[in-house]
Amino acid sequence: MSIVDLNIPIAENIIRSLHVGDQVRLFGTVVTARDAAHAFMKDSFFHGPIPEGDREVHDALQRLWQGGVMYHCGPVVGKDAAGRWRFVSAGPTTSTREEPYEADVIAYFGLRAIIGKGGMGPKTLAACQQHGAVYLHAIGGAATLIASYVKEVLTVYKKDELGVPEAFWVIRVEGFPAVVTMDAHGESLHARMYEESKQKLAALL
Amino acid sequence: MENLVPHFIELIRRAATDLPADMEAALRRARENEDPSSAAQTTLDAILENVHLSRQGSTPICQDTGTPIFYIYYPTGWSTLALKKQIRAAVAEATARSYLRPNSVDTLTGKNPGNNLGEDFPYFHFEEWEEDYLKVDLMLKGGGCENVGAQYSLPDTRLDANRDLEGVRRVVLDAVQQAQGMGCAPAVIGVAVGGDRGSSYIKSKEQFYRSLDDESPNPKLAALEKRLTTEANTLGIGPMGFGGKTTVLSVKIDSLERLPASYFVTASYMCWADRRRTLVYRDGQVTIS
Repeated sequence: MSIVDLNIPIAENIIRSLHVGDQVRLFGTVVTARDAAHAFMKDSFFHGPIPEGDREVHDALQRLWQGGVMYHCGPVVGKDAAGRWRFVSAGPTTSTREEPYEADVIAYFGLRAIIGKGGMGPKTLAACQQHGAVYLHAIGGAATLIASYVKEVLTVYKKDELGVPEAFWVIRVEGFPAVVTMDAHGESLHARMYEESKQKLAALL
Repeated sequence: MENLVPHFIELIRRAATDLPADMEAALRRARENEDPSSAAQTTLDAILENVHLSRQGSTPICQDTGTPIFYIYYPTGWSTLALKKQIRAAVAEATARSYLRPNSVDTLTGKNPGNNLGEDFPYFHFEEWEEDYLKVDLMLKGGGCENVGAQYSLPDTRLDANRDLEGVRRVVLDAVQQAQGMGCAPAVIGVAVGGDRGSSYIKSKEQFYRSLDDESPNPKLAALEKRLTTEANTLGIGPMGFGGKTTVLSVKIDSLERLPASYFVTASYMCWADRRRTLVYRDGQVTIS
């Protein structure tokens, strides 16, 4: 099977041409966000006026996520000799915890792809179909390997408030590999695997 | 007491960055067993490449360096207070060196102190023993796999699971199916039968200190371990839940006393990044294996 290279920002028609099982490689700017970041976005962005102190991160995310990519990841970071941040170890975290938030986040920012592991639920799948987005599965635990595709840490938001694992890390990736497991056509590998394994379980009980 | 802090830092580094040989060998066997060029096989290839790169570069195999769980066996006369102090100092330093992610979060305030230290973090279990040396077992237990662990109170009518080993079999298979790939399959499943809710969870996690290739000394449990490993792999969940023949690498079962009223079965899930190392301090010499 061929591998599709995706340059960020990604156009909607390209996303809609992808299907479950397609392998992709990502190039460009990605922003990490996980549990506390999602709760923060819900509290600060989605209800009324944005607090003055959060305006900077809001506007940056709006710019970076229009056609952009979110990564469910809480990295191990370090600093190089020049004092710049670098990603040491950075695999995906379990995505299903963001299921209550993600459909709203996709709609609000115009995200084209979410990278994570373990898949997400029906609400996110519907949002992918409606807004033109995909869920990309990275290999859980393959953290050193994945960090090698992160070429640069551009900046970080909310690190002091949320802590290192939960901050919004803005990174530049080159050739970040992932597989489409939820597409913009309503197909989910995870839903299919769940049903198939459930039937196999029934046969064993 | 001698300053063992540098050795405890090395224990943590080895655990976080150097996957034990029994796990790596099992992943290699699984890789050979999957269909050529399948998603399962390419996933296992990436996992094995990551294991190699992490060992080479001394970087964490997985960014979730988990809860450090220390089991400390000490000869009579040692100070557990002094041991705890030294290990806590080692944990903070290992975090500063990026061997560990700052993982300890105050549950009520959400604050992360950044050094992996808290009143109840990391986790310690001390046991005085009759040997004349110190042994420290360290396991790093990731959060993604911790979240998919499950406890059942038998009888469980939904699964038609009664208070016997057939009931145990049924609920463990259910736990594996419910977990899908979310706990980073292929997994090791640690099972405890009996106890109260708390002791049962602890016993199930203690199974992860066992060698991957051993079996229970109890023939009935050994047979169930083997059967569950085989049956779980027919569920087709596969590495990362992409489908495939390898969903679990091993199942480990132990039992503990229960009350007449209770019959708990606890299945803890350990991801493929099953990170554990042992430090032995004997006659002034330290070995880490």
